[in-house]
Amino acid sequence: MGSKNVIYGINGPVVTVRKTKDFSMQEMVYVGNARLVGEIIGINDQFTTIQVYEQTTGLKPGEPVFSTGAPMSVTLGPGIMTNIYDGIQRPLQKIQEECGPFIEKGLDISPIDVDKNWDVTLTVKVGDALTGGSIYATLPETSLITHKCMVPPNISGKVISVVENGKYKVNDTVVTLQDDKGEKHKLTLCQKWPIRTPRPFEKRIPIDRPLITGQRVIDSLFPIAKGGTAAIPGGFGTGKTMTQHQIAKWCDADIIIYIGCGERGNEMTDVLQEFAKLIDPKSNKPLTDRTVLIANTSNMPVAAREASIYTGITLAEYYRDMGYDVAIMADSTSRWAEALREISGRLEEMPAEEGYPAYLPSRLSAFYERAGYMNNFNGTEGSVSIIGAVSPQGGDLSEPVTQNTKRFIRCFWALDKNLAYARHYPAINWITSYSEYIPDLKDWFDKNVSPDFIRDRNEMNALLHEESKLMEIVKLIGADVLPDDQKLVIEVAKLIRVGFLQQNAFHADDTFVPIEKQLKMMEIILHLYHRAKELVTASIPISRALETGLFDKIVKMKYDIPNSKLGMFDDYNKEIDNAFDKILANAKTAS
Amino acid sequence: MSLEYIGLKEINGPLIALDGVKDTSFEEMVDIALDDGTHRTGRVIQIEGEKAIVQVFEGTSGISLTNTHTRFEGHPMELALSKEVLGRIFDGVGRPIDGLGAIFPEQRRDINGNPINPVSRVYPRNYIRTGISSIDALMTLIRGQKLPIFSGSGLPHNELAVQIVRQAQIAADAGQEFAIVFAAMGVKNDVADYFRRSFEESGVLQRVVMFLNLSNDPIVERILTPRCALTAAEYLAFEKDMHILVVMTDMTSYAEALREFSSSKGEIPGRKGYPGYLYSDLASLYERAGMINGKKGSVTQIPILTMPNDDITHPIPDLTGYITEGQIVLDRNLDQTGIYPPIGVLPSLSRLMKDGIGEGYTRADHSDVENQLFASYAKVQDARSLASVIGEEELSDIDKKYLEFGRQFEKHFIGQGENENRSMEFTLDLGWKLLSLLPKSELDRVDTAILDQYYKAGAAEDLLKKGE
Repeated sequence: MGSKNVIYGINGPVVTVRKTKDFSMQEMVYVGNARLVGEIIGINDQFTTIQVYEQTTGLKPGEPVFSTGAPMSVTLGPGIMTNIYDGIQRPLQKIQEECGPFIEKGLDISPIDVDKNWDVTLTVKVGDALTGGSIYATLPETSLITHKCMVPPNISGKVISVVENGKYKVNDTVVTLQDDKGEKHKLTLCQKWPIRTPRPFEKRIPIDRPLITGQRVIDSLFPIAKGGTAAIPGGFGTGKTMTQHQIAKWCDADIIIYIGCGERGNEMTDVLQEFAKLIDPKSNKPLTDRTVLIANTSNMPVAAREASIYTGITLAEYYRDMGYDVAIMADSTSRWAEALREISGRLEEMPAEEGYPAYLPSRLSAFYERAGYMNNFNGTEGSVSIIGAVSPQGGDLSEPVTQNTKRFIRCFWALDKNLAYARHYPAINWITSYSEYIPDLKDWFDKNVSPDFIRDRNEMNALLHEESKLMEIVKLIGADVLPDDQKLVIEVAKLIRVGFLQQNAFHADDTFVPIEKQLKMMEIILHLYHRAKELVTASIPISRALETGLFDKIVKMKYDIPNSKLGMFDDYNKEIDNAFDKILANAKTAS
Repeated sequence: MSLEYIGLKEINGPLIALDGVKDTSFEEMVDIALDDGTHRTGRVIQIEGEKAIVQVFEGTSGISLTNTHTRFEGHPMELALSKEVLGRIFDGVGRPIDGLGAIFPEQRRDINGNPINPVSRVYPRNYIRTGISSIDALMTLIRGQKLPIFSGSGLPHNELAVQIVRQAQIAADAGQEFAIVFAAMGVKNDVADYFRRSFEESGVLQRVVMFLNLSNDPIVERILTPRCALTAAEYLAFEKDMHILVVMTDMTSYAEALREFSSSKGEIPGRKGYPGYLYSDLASLYERAGMINGKKGSVTQIPILTMPNDDITHPIPDLTGYITEGQIVLDRNLDQTGIYPPIGVLPSLSRLMKDGIGEGYTRADHSDVENQLFASYAKVQDARSLASVIGEEELSDIDKKYLEFGRQFEKHFIGQGENENRSMEFTLDLGWKLLSLLPKSELDRVDTAILDQYYKAGAAEDLLKKGE
């Protein structure tokens, strides 16, 4: 490629080239003698504008800009799983081997290991007609994930040659296709895909099953569906990252893509080290075997932070095409929006609200719309669920990123500062949070958990709402003056808050709670409530119910009943019945 | 030898523009010689063809369009470093101001540094005992952490920082060398002096590197001060295997300097006039804390910032809180009731403590005590707000107990002497004593076995007596 295109202006990560017609929009380019990675973001007859993904210190006007002729893309193939990448899919592990603990500039390292031999099984034979998305080879990528090599979506044709099963590297040709026009396409184990273009699929299918996370407040009160979208807004210190970690560890997706977008370096290290130690309860394999990390920490270049979100979702879509359920944790989408703002500012675009560019809502919606439950070209079904953290400035949920995000997501887990201050984790506020998926998921819960599940959940939710109304009164006049039935609501709601909603991520049993135990816990709490209500109706003072010690006992059931011994709930039930029958009987004899 | 350019095209605030410049690089250092023989230093911040915009560190007063000779130095801003920097005092851009002459450099480092690869980081786990109960028990400082102090004007944040520095002891491998890098940004002369004197009194002055940009020094230099300090810290930590505690004060002045500078460049402002990249800029400082695989040293940061109008949602504390691993928030009400250190426990937090406390680090019951103290103290606030409406007399018995617990907690646990250095054992036992003021059934955050082991009703008697 000729190097007649040279740098004209430099302003932070934005570089301009003068009077050229060689570039196309969103093309990837190499900038300067150090070959920094950049992307074309604006073209007019005077200037072509490039957003550079690395530090531009030391760049000089007059240095060359190299065209690549292709848009900003990721490499899709075996070896992605368990890896940790920066925002533009450079492998951080390899970078460390090459240049030590500090990330240098202009590194050009293949995202996937090109020298590794994979144990490939070919699934097609000569003469087969393949279309975009067809699977032609499979190989075990990790102990958990079988990688399926698929024909790129824009290619189809007949197989004219195929290799034997055996060991191959990612760039070896394993299948050759001939299309209608007689053109030959060599298929290797990998392909490229532009990050800003969603990968195509056959059709969307309705969302009907939950993503079980093992977190009670989520699964029972505000469930998210596989293929759904959720936002976790919260000020600093409210536990966004903790909640994301918990979901990434325990949710029943096949694959987790964890995007650390403009967040802390130590947090990524934590994920890296902790996931390697944790064992997936279902498969007994390390959690890293199903996880890809994308780490563009807050001190890494801002333009790559903008790209990291797209890199992550493109990887997710690729695995969805193989028929996997993928969950994306994006921590945090606010940092991504701020990167948009920062670059928009450098381009001197007209700002909208709070300096964010006017296209913020459309970028957000384009991102969240890449989630969904899909029927793929190859007949498999897969899903991409997005769980995006939002870091509102000053914890104020009316700021533009939160507000615009709210329009495009259906599950809203609002984190509450006051709950976090009282160390009530997860600090998901039950009054302001919501999930629109409950009607979609009702059938699933009815069939797979219990027909009572949704009813119990609604009753609990109603109790919590009633409590919050009563607390307004209590704040003014104290709890003593309330009638007994309202006192009971307050006691039970406290039980729900402390005994059910609050969950200890560091407790061996409590960190993940199967949905069956969640149901049992709800049932026990409601059973206690109903029996205690009988006393209140019979005009027996509520203190009698409290004196039984059952409230204190049930608060601790999350610790006292191991996940493996759900039979113990029956004993609790009996104990409640015995105690209350006795009180009722005593009351009768007394009268 | 590089070319010299005579004269300028434009002067605007701290910025000068030169035309016809060839072969200059982005963020290159610039030397500007004035006709009167003085020199100023600058840095290229934008290039457009042959026009280069340079920020002048010392300001542009006295510069005209014709009286300068400008020379481009061919490299970005660098700091000369050797182990001799210990005990020395520099100005905001790393020039010695203690009259002891220049540093004989062992190496020169780019002050912007490179980001630490997340793969190469070591997750911080060892705590630093500060001897301050509320910090040690409730927001434990971990080696390699960045834990800012959110303060307000008039609050004793400087005293607290000095006490931490004086008492900080590294729990494990005490054999490692320990040093302090102190960066003052826009602080008053007497504040800088207070720190210097305190370091001297506690005999650590020979282990301190000071970078001073006082309130009357140029703001452009203020932007470079923390970068110089952190470059020195990284050098000492990762080349010389030392444990470095970096104290940076006051981050608010830093952010204001950044705003002033941004507006003089004509950039589009974000919230409250601060530039849109304030988050990235602060992150490029705070993220330089940490520990690295295979290196023995560590960089721990204690930035201090004064919240304008005590507003924690102001962009500076807000963005800082999103980057740092927790915060220590000082509370004006506690200060006014005479409690030192006035640490507002509820909004304070240490994100890294979960992995640095408990069995093998501090004591097995640490996280239980911590959780319970937080939860109980949060209830104190509810009881207080109720008491302020209906009066303390009308409160239920249990609420009265909470009020009593709150009073004793603030007095004995949060409050302590400026020279009082408490052991971890003492602090945790004190926590249990205070919890014993509450009925056992109220302690719902504690594992039953631990509760039985440590809870002793009436254990707080001696505290109550001491109070009288």
